[in-house]
Amino acid sequence: MVKPNDSAPVAGRLHIDPAHPAVRIIAGPETAAPEAVPAEQRALPILQTMAPRRRVPTEAGSVGAKHLAEQPVYVSAPIDARPHGAEIALWRDRMNSSSLLELGSAANALRQQKHPDDVVSYIVDRNINYTNVCVTDCKFCAFYRRPKDDEGYVLSYEEIGSKIEETKALGGVQILMQGGHNPYLPLDWYLGLLRYIKANHPIHIHGFSASEIAIMAKVSKLPVDEVLRQLHDAGLDSIPGAGGEILVDAVRDVIAPKKIDSDQWIGIHEAAHAAGMHTTATMMYGVGESWEDRLEHLLKLRASQARSLARGDIGYTAFISWSFQPSQTEMANWNLELGTGMDYLKMTALSRLVLDNFDNVQVSYVTQGPKLAQIALGFGANDFGSLMLEENVVSATGIDFIMPESEIRRLVEDAGFTPRRRYQDYNLVQEGDRGCPCCERNARIEVTA
Amino acid sequence: MATIANATPDLREETTDAGPRVMPSDRSLFPIADKVLAGIRLDGADCATLFDSVDLIGIGALADWSNRRKNGDRVFITANQHLNPTNVCILRATCTFCSFAKSPKEDGAYTMSLDEAYHEAALARDTPVREFHIVGGLHPKLRLSYYEDLIRGLKERHPGVEVKALTAVEIAHLARIEKISVRETLERLKAAGLETMPGGGAEVFSKLVRQTIAVRKLQAEEWIEVHRVAHGLGIRTNCTMLYGHVETTQDRVEHLTELRRLQDETGGFLTYIPLAYHPDNNELGTQLGREGTATTGFDDLKNLAIGRLFLDNFQHIKTHWIMNSMKVSQVALHFGVDDLEGTVRRERIYHEAGASTPEGMTFAEIVALVKDAGKRPVERNIHYDEVRAW
Repeated sequence: MVKPNDSAPVAGRLHIDPAHPAVRIIAGPETAAPEAVPAEQRALPILQTMAPRRRVPTEAGSVGAKHLAEQPVYVSAPIDARPHGAEIALWRDRMNSSSLLELGSAANALRQQKHPDDVVSYIVDRNINYTNVCVTDCKFCAFYRRPKDDEGYVLSYEEIGSKIEETKALGGVQILMQGGHNPYLPLDWYLGLLRYIKANHPIHIHGFSASEIAIMAKVSKLPVDEVLRQLHDAGLDSIPGAGGEILVDAVRDVIAPKKIDSDQWIGIHEAAHAAGMHTTATMMYGVGESWEDRLEHLLKLRASQARSLARGDIGYTAFISWSFQPSQTEMANWNLELGTGMDYLKMTALSRLVLDNFDNVQVSYVTQGPKLAQIALGFGANDFGSLMLEENVVSATGIDFIMPESEIRRLVEDAGFTPRRRYQDYNLVQEGDRGCPCCERNARIEVTA
Repeated sequence: MATIANATPDLREETTDAGPRVMPSDRSLFPIADKVLAGIRLDGADCATLFDSVDLIGIGALADWSNRRKNGDRVFITANQHLNPTNVCILRATCTFCSFAKSPKEDGAYTMSLDEAYHEAALARDTPVREFHIVGGLHPKLRLSYYEDLIRGLKERHPGVEVKALTAVEIAHLARIEKISVRETLERLKAAGLETMPGGGAEVFSKLVRQTIAVRKLQAEEWIEVHRVAHGLGIRTNCTMLYGHVETTQDRVEHLTELRRLQDETGGFLTYIPLAYHPDNNELGTQLGREGTATTGFDDLKNLAIGRLFLDNFQHIKTHWIMNSMKVSQVALHFGVDDLEGTVRRERIYHEAGASTPEGMTFAEIVALVKDAGKRPVERNIHYDEVRAW
């Protein structure tokens, strides 16, 4: 972690002026040999994560946010005023006329049709959060810090590099690289980072969600597709679905007013598909939205996937939903109906059924816990997500269920499926693989499973 | 951000008059489905087939059908408080699955004086409590009179609150140290105000399993005998099975068969509660290398649903959210479960074993979760009579 320091800037390192904790780039990166991972560390199933950052207790209790936001009144739009209104009504009716097990059974049948081999896949990867500095102030987030906050950080290229080496030593085939919307990082910093990784620590880079791309475009004053092209050329392989939240602007206006709107989010994903990058799609529900909002979100994703595929582009690989975790956020005191077990299984089954042009539905064991995540495998999901050797964002809310690979495999087998490691493009890892097949720039990955 | 315009779609009930909306997809369950729908009792082989199947939804649909015919859409809840008077236990060294017990002089060992116990019980006054659930270790010196006084004292201080106290293992222990019969022990406790007995200590009846995890604990026949005597005295009891450690499918089947047999004989069991083994902070978990690996969600739901299907002479099947997690317990209401552990103030035993669930829930939270599952919450008394409904 980079700390503000008085010493002279060093080439290739980030330098933070203590008087002004904005990040300055001094020079292009120098290649540094990664430090060997000590054997005892390699045996650890979960790598060290960032130190927990906790605020002092406020009047309202111990929350990560500096203040609690007031809960606005939000009125869900009527169905006929929504895009895909007719289909929303159709799916609502279907839900109203089904039981939980009926929905689950239909979703499971569709899952079996798409994945008849009963494989449940997962990926060994690490979440690397290169910065927590963010100016978007999403009320639901416990991870970010404002630019002048003394808990803000930006990782150096070398720190990211050594995290990647640790990941690879443990059989990781991907990094998920996401961060805050840090206006002090120019596009060149990202491009330099991608080139540095591909030159020195080659691995599949799944990174920079749509809202981060939008910030890069804004800071560099370049169009989004140009930013995407440059990122892809520099080594970005695919784009995660974070920032989807609820793809209904009435909801986004309440919980994340400064974040890109739903059309922009979808547009960036389609532009990424056109630039040759797979993406994933997500939903964070339980922020006060209605079921119509959730259905609108799903139907917008299905339409977006259809457009990308019709253009002959690649598209979304998977859909992942999870319930909002309010602790440590500005919404901690809102009176919300939080995601229950019923909710999660309904969402899983419904997303499998609605997103019939998506190949994969992931469970989110980090937020739902291993028991409910495993049950969701019977309700239409076919992927256990990622092993996440490191995770910082969900755990900032104080809730996380990170577990070792052996535990994932035990849960998958217990549910009657065959657990298999996969790559980002959902090809399964085969014995003797030389690397991730979807990023041929990737030189050598040692596969241990 | 209250959602106003459109309410959450209500899912339909799993079962219609004609049968479940979903039938099993696993072919091995077809004959079992036929039996369930025809009301024919399942045999041990059927029970094993159910445990070996991964057709979670199919098993759940059958269990829901059975449950709905007995309990409709009612889910029984209660405001209860756990009271663990002592954690000192003479089986400290031999019940390897337990994280709660302590030797008398071990760090953390405690035994409440009657006043301390009354004080702890009084903490429940924040929320109305209808039931005390009293279980603890086998203390070598605490006499029967302590428990008689405790129960009497509680009933004096909390008129209207009912007492479910002392597992079969504790009853047998008290009879032994008092050198009196189990019957006399129970008669004295009943006179003091004991209404029902919890179902703990059954673990798994198999001799081999008990040799491994609880070699000195009450044997299966003795556990059954204490419950038989209790039922004879009009003391209704719960029963349990601790699953997810070293037991085999066959051990589970035999255990459930024993419970069903006694229920045929006496009809004295109120509810069956499968208990998920928690592997943290106990010797068995270390031996098995299982720390941090609780039972799976599939296994939790299957144990509940199969309990419902196999124990055809039981009215109630209970999920214990402390160990299954509230999310899974809510889902279990669609898997044959009609009985939800209550508010549980101050749970200790499972939290020593690594349970990460909250130590208690408010009544309003439980009511909301039951309603969210599309079911009707019914507050019960200790005998499962309906007190109020929503």
